[in-house]
Amino acid sequence: MDQGIATSPRIGDRPRPKKNYLNETKGFWSWAATLDHKRIGIMYLVGVLTSFLMGGIFALLVRLTLLTPSHKLFGKVLLTAEQYNRVFTLHGAIMVFLFIIPAIPASLGNFVLPLMLGAKDVAFPRLNLFSFYLWLTGAIMAIAAMVFGAVDTGWTFYTPYSTTTDGPVTLMTAAVFVLGFSSIFTGLNFIATVHKLRAPGMGWFDLPLFIWGIYATAIIQVLATPVLGITLVLLMLERSFGIGIFDPRIGGDPVLFQHFFWFYSHPAVYIMILPGMAIISELIPTFSQKTIFGYRAIAYSSVSLALVSFIVWGHHMFVAGQSQLATVVFSALTFLVAIPSGVKMFNWMLTMHKGNIKLDTPMLYAISFLTMFAIGGLTGIFLGTLATDVHLTDTYFVVAHFHYVMVGSTVTAFIGGLHYWWPKMTGRMYSEAWGRVGCALWNIGFNMTFLTQFFLGSKGMPRRYYNYLDQFQPLHAFSTVGSWILGLGLFITAAYLLASLRKPMDAPDNPWNGTTLEWKTSSPPIMHNFEEQPVLEREPYDYRPVLVAK
Amino acid sequence: MEWLTRLMMPPVGSEFAKEIDFMYMGLFWLSVALFCIVALPPIYFAWRYRYKPGRVTPHITHNTPLEIVWTVVPLLLCVAIFFWGLKGWMEYAVAPGDAMEVQITAKKWLWQFEYPDGSRTINDLHVPVNKNVKFIMTSEDVIHDFFVPDMRVKHDIIPGRYTEVWFNPTAMGKHVITCAEYCGKGHSDMHGVLTVENDADFAKFLETGGTEWEDYFNGKDPKKTPADWGRVQYETKGCNSCHTLDGTKSKGPSWKGIWGKMETLNNGSKVLVDEAYVRESMMSPSAKVVNGFEPIMPSFQGLLKENQIKGLIAFIQSLQ
Repeated sequence: MDQGIATSPRIGDRPRPKKNYLNETKGFWSWAATLDHKRIGIMYLVGVLTSFLMGGIFALLVRLTLLTPSHKLFGKVLLTAEQYNRVFTLHGAIMVFLFIIPAIPASLGNFVLPLMLGAKDVAFPRLNLFSFYLWLTGAIMAIAAMVFGAVDTGWTFYTPYSTTTDGPVTLMTAAVFVLGFSSIFTGLNFIATVHKLRAPGMGWFDLPLFIWGIYATAIIQVLATPVLGITLVLLMLERSFGIGIFDPRIGGDPVLFQHFFWFYSHPAVYIMILPGMAIISELIPTFSQKTIFGYRAIAYSSVSLALVSFIVWGHHMFVAGQSQLATVVFSALTFLVAIPSGVKMFNWMLTMHKGNIKLDTPMLYAISFLTMFAIGGLTGIFLGTLATDVHLTDTYFVVAHFHYVMVGSTVTAFIGGLHYWWPKMTGRMYSEAWGRVGCALWNIGFNMTFLTQFFLGSKGMPRRYYNYLDQFQPLHAFSTVGSWILGLGLFITAAYLLASLRKPMDAPDNPWNGTTLEWKTSSPPIMHNFEEQPVLEREPYDYRPVLVAK
Repeated sequence: MEWLTRLMMPPVGSEFAKEIDFMYMGLFWLSVALFCIVALPPIYFAWRYRYKPGRVTPHITHNTPLEIVWTVVPLLLCVAIFFWGLKGWMEYAVAPGDAMEVQITAKKWLWQFEYPDGSRTINDLHVPVNKNVKFIMTSEDVIHDFFVPDMRVKHDIIPGRYTEVWFNPTAMGKHVITCAEYCGKGHSDMHGVLTVENDADFAKFLETGGTEWEDYFNGKDPKKTPADWGRVQYETKGCNSCHTLDGTKSKGPSWKGIWGKMETLNNGSKVLVDEAYVRESMMSPSAKVVNGFEPIMPSFQGLLKENQIKGLIAFIQSLQ
């Protein structure tokens, strides 16, 4: 018997089924009351991208205001100090609570996770829909708070400023409270789904690494978010009824608020970054056409990052008046974060080594992620180190650092993942050429905007400043120009992705020669995901040639 | 490489600042090296192993010795960096016992400094060169943060608590003080000036609130009138964060054309803006508040020396 090597070890294309999850049922209620994880994922995607647009416009407005020290554009003052404070608060709150926390898990995760597991849906489809409506309620409350005058507390709501300032702070915190529950329910749902709905033959170490990342994220969502809820309820009680919890004038402790807040919000940083890393762990082996290097190391590093994330919150408070012993211990623990992050970087790098690397748009974003996450991670060392943190904390250095991690890493991974699964979600390919242009502008714009801010920060420019010393003007102007390139890149990306929707469906089932189960079904998938229950035959990322009979 | 340090860091104001710069640059070069190690190979691989149809990739699942190396080596590096940072931080955290104590009271949006002899200034901090100075800080409203970039120190100032920070200035001259914890509308204008001077000048400063004022009252220089001295006070004592000079309404009434005017107060009565009223407004500002403004101005009782009050009155008078 002759043997030959198939170029693709996976199932080839079948004729596209007439019915898919997009056209199976029609009408408003078929979407609004759907229990299908794919439709809920798409609704989330529309929601988070709308929030991203809103938060992005506020970001551009912040940068534009800082273009000159006089804040004037064509002779008119763009924003007053009070407006500026509201706009940067809205930028932060929208981007964190409405966009980046739900972005990957709730939109791409919702769509892909059951498909990757070979399941028909998540474990609790109704809870999934409920968590979407909670998100929507929270979003509407946040927008209502904006319409009724907006808050100027910063997204961190530090007391006693937040308990004494004017504006609908209670409404805004209630919005974040509701959004928190949306996040908790999504996490709960995913944990149950991963435990109970894996395809026959799929053990824990046969899970795609995306699932490991989302699973680790879900643990944090379920364990940490309630603390945010409790904190915000206490804040509302203090504001509404004058119960002294955080305000020293009525017997409270403002530093206690910071402990509570960061006890959630530091793990929340990992709610944001772990799903980004999870996407990268899919993109790199697929586009290198090579098995992932150190599968178990990557899986365990996701879980260990989730656990370590709970014991480092005090590094936000080195100069905030917590005990000096606590400060030293938190600094030591913070360095633990570097180890699993480094492990992942080395594994991704070695996966590319001797690969067969196709530089399609998702892979370009993955490589962008590696450079930006390296910068974000390495500048974290400056901030985790006690003596240098004293000078750098509360300056633009911190702003640049977390934008490199949250935007340069997570959002880059999100856009990469969006391109990767776009054919699966919509059944259509986008313009590859425009994809490269968008990615190039994203890289240039992002690095111009935020690399500059490291220099502003180390030079002593504090964050959340409306007025600044004249000496910082050139760097601010450079950063602002970068933000326009960034915005242009995103605009182009939105344009060609939307344009692709006008074409007839042209995406093959498996455009990237992926190995995970979502590529085994049609693009877009049918309502119940698979024609028949898929069975795991090979572990994920197995690119060894399949011997076929000729 | 000194130029690179200067490109990234503010001027050096103390020995501690020099140490921090050295540490910062050490971490900078380490980061550059690590960036080359972790971020450049993927870019090289993307070119070196670029796609060729039909190429079969090797099935390499892991390499235990290599994985141990890239877990243990970074861990050791992290331990070393932690202790390096701890050493510098101990210096920052523990003030020497012989330090002169200056009290700082922060409030929206100014700094109030009180010296051991009881003399007080606003936004104008003077310290003797090469002496340890410790600051005992508290806030009257929200959280602020005392940040002196040139000294590389900052610490939050918390209402209802006292926090400390110290430094030993070595660079004579003026340095910027900024607020580094968001505190609302005037956050970015909450600046102070730190003047590092020799012992004789510092002693004189305590006596009279500075030496500079004499030049403005002796009539020798036509460019230095009492009104000009008033302008200096306007810019350094925090007046300018609430009062404008061009007629636009800010947190307080603009000073333009205010002298000699009949103002309506918030209780409906009228008052003539003259020397008596201006003096009263500085010392007990809540007594007669102009209609349309909040009674938010703090008292400057004991904060302004007589020469400064005279200068300010001359300055307001000159703004016709």
